[in-house]
Amino acid sequence: MFTYYLTLALRSLRRNVVLTVLMIAAIGVGIGASMTTLTVFRAMAGDPIPRKSRQLFAVQIDNWGPKKGVVIGDEDNLQQQISYPDAVGLMTAHAARRQSAMYRTGFALTPANPDLRPFQVTARAAFADFFAMFEVPFRYGAAWSQADDTGHADVVVIGRELNDKVFGGANSVGRTLDLDGHGYRVVGVLDHWEPIPNFYDLNNNKYAGAEEVFIPFTRAIDQQLASWGNNNCGGDSLPAAGWDGRLHSECIWLQFWAELPGAAEADRYRTFLNNYAAEQRRLGRFQWPPHTRIRDVREWLVDQHAVTAEVRILVLVSFSFLLVCLLNAMGLMLAKIMGRAGDIGVRRALGASRRAIVAQCLTEAAMVGLAGGLLGLGLTVLGLLGLRALLSEDVNRLTHFSPSDVAIAVALSVAATTLAGLYPTWRATQVQPAWQLKAQ
Amino acid sequence: MELRPILSAMRRNKVGAILIGVQMAITLAILCNALFIIEQRLALSHRPTGMDESNNFVVTNQWVGNPTDLKAKLQGDLAALRSLPGVIDATALNSYPLSNGGSTEGLLLTPDQKEPTALSALYEMDEHGLQAAGLTLVAGRNFTAEEVRDKFGYLDVTPPAAVIITRTLAEKLFPGRSALGQSVYFGGHTQPAAVVGIVERLQVPWTQAGGWGSQFNDNSTIEPMRYVSPYTHYLVRVQPGRIAAVMRAAEQALIALDRARVLEKTWTLTEARADAYQDDRGLAVILGVVCAALAAVTAFGIVGLTSYWVAQRRRQIGIRRALGATRPAIIRYFQTENLLIAAAGAALGIALTLLLNLWMVSAFEMPRLPPGYVLIGAIVVLLLGQLAVLWPALKAASVPPALATRAA
Repeated sequence: MFTYYLTLALRSLRRNVVLTVLMIAAIGVGIGASMTTLTVFRAMAGDPIPRKSRQLFAVQIDNWGPKKGVVIGDEDNLQQQISYPDAVGLMTAHAARRQSAMYRTGFALTPANPDLRPFQVTARAAFADFFAMFEVPFRYGAAWSQADDTGHADVVVIGRELNDKVFGGANSVGRTLDLDGHGYRVVGVLDHWEPIPNFYDLNNNKYAGAEEVFIPFTRAIDQQLASWGNNNCGGDSLPAAGWDGRLHSECIWLQFWAELPGAAEADRYRTFLNNYAAEQRRLGRFQWPPHTRIRDVREWLVDQHAVTAEVRILVLVSFSFLLVCLLNAMGLMLAKIMGRAGDIGVRRALGASRRAIVAQCLTEAAMVGLAGGLLGLGLTVLGLLGLRALLSEDVNRLTHFSPSDVAIAVALSVAATTLAGLYPTWRATQVQPAWQLKAQ
Repeated sequence: MELRPILSAMRRNKVGAILIGVQMAITLAILCNALFIIEQRLALSHRPTGMDESNNFVVTNQWVGNPTDLKAKLQGDLAALRSLPGVIDATALNSYPLSNGGSTEGLLLTPDQKEPTALSALYEMDEHGLQAAGLTLVAGRNFTAEEVRDKFGYLDVTPPAAVIITRTLAEKLFPGRSALGQSVYFGGHTQPAAVVGIVERLQVPWTQAGGWGSQFNDNSTIEPMRYVSPYTHYLVRVQPGRIAAVMRAAEQALIALDRARVLEKTWTLTEARADAYQDDRGLAVILGVVCAALAAVTAFGIVGLTSYWVAQRRRQIGIRRALGATRPAIIRYFQTENLLIAAAGAALGIALTLLLNLWMVSAFEMPRLPPGYVLIGAIVVLLLGQLAVLWPALKAASVPPALATRAA
């Protein structure tokens, strides 16, 4: 029966080529526009670590007190980052299953070959837990140990791309890298790892992927590796000059993440944090009641506006556009079906049930949707190419079209067009066979 | 023109008319808001920095490690850059406009003030800074060589004794009086900084629409400081037309002086501007394309549906023609019909436009839509309808009166 409807639909579509082409074009353009923006939106709003996004928490502690200084925190006056004294306090307490204070830094890497010029590499200072916590994949070697953390070891983990560039992709575990004139032993090489957005530190380029070098936090502090991220000294007390001044200040410049599997652990950690803040108050460092918070990855991304206003505007505009295209197709479908009222009358008179008419009309609508979806796919590819040419490199990483997007595009198109076909179909079922036959 | 027959015909085709009207309403809402965003983003991307942009370039220098003789190295670099043929002047900076990275300070009028009077970007430059950036001094004086002290990287937070500020910042700090000779305080410090000069304009480093700095775009403070840091920007100003050659020469000269460095980026401010506003322009172009496609889809929808109506009413049109209606009368009929639908659509569309804008104001911190946009948008949508209906109307007008005499 379905093949019969298909033939009928094809015949009907062929009969009025102009209307058919207009419908397919309208739907194709609408699907193309909305899929283009949806692809970018999905990448931006995507969950960078789906298996653990509910177990990893960004830790926030108010170390400035209510309404002090220049607030770039949220409405609760909680800042995005924490101070060095708090990072040390939380690391020492070790109250979570895994945890790491961290910050972004960088080096000038001097290649072993003296003919090559030094080049810049971005780096992240973190604790050993960073890798297990964020399920970072390794190609060679492994993370450094907690003994390396406490021993302030001269070790690094490097990214796969840097390993390709410096060591030609070979297993470089045990080899030495000259970073800012100091030798560091490579203990691990990552496999390709590109958390998008870069949830653990959204201060710098959110979509630029992970850093190229990872170094023990304790060693980075010894080496006075400068912070390459946001530094905010908006509190009451000013930092003293120099590195030690910065470390002992209330400036906030570090990110802190904790792994808390399960609600009980999260609750326990909340209590711990409040106790920690209360203790700081007793010690005279804070002059206000405990004000702390943990947010899991998903809450954190929403809170930190991981999806840019530009992309939200584009998604809104393109889906309104799709709506216009569907209304358009609906009008044209109505025109087509009502133009065939006579045929429908004859079919009904010959014994076709209302259900058969519904099936026939919806099959036709779905075929238009399918064709529109395929056209839309092509336009989406073109649209993403256009975005790549127009938008910055960071956004470019978000313009990859995946197989699941193909399915989404076609499904969206067929579903939306069939939905738009419902009203014209209903009108078709209202055709009075007798009246139509008489009018002929 | 008699409206009644049109209205009664429309009543028999309610849904079609409503579909076209709603389409035109949504089209209007998107068109107005999108055009407003386009206009705003393009305006943003043309904001002046206050510098001699076409003759300025920046070399970002990163030393390998943290050399102990940083200050001597910095002075050597600057001397080399200043002596290059074609160079007007050069200075070292912590940050520069369009770079999207820099530091902010809340400025106070008294040291014990709780909330800052104004937020300001901080630029550290020596006495060559004004000349190197091509800034226009509108009052007061440049820094003297004696005023300039060393600032050792971002960890050095000692405030300056003198500052040069932008005119906008001066007006914000000292409204209605001259800022020259007045004192400002940096948050938490008790020693005053005297305002010794005022420059016409100097944009903050941040350019993102609605982002950090967007609320104080022209509030900048220049500190008389030599930025001695393992990571600095050299700002060079050249004689007109020589920028490309000087840029190459500058890189070579710096590397010849010392190889143990990374020249992370060497680019003109024109390139920095294109980069800083790439997403704004991209958004404008994409919205432009979407608007054009939207207008086309709506127009073709009108063409399609009206053509169908014409085909449906061929016989009636023939009868009207036979009864004496002229061709222009038939054309007018369809035009008036479309005008009525479009007017209703535009009315709905204006409401939608304002609603959408209200939401954007709250969600994206966008300004309110000026009423002129809505008016222009409504006219554009009405014209679009008239244009789209023209072809089917002409087809209708070509229906021969003789059709009336033939059987259906």
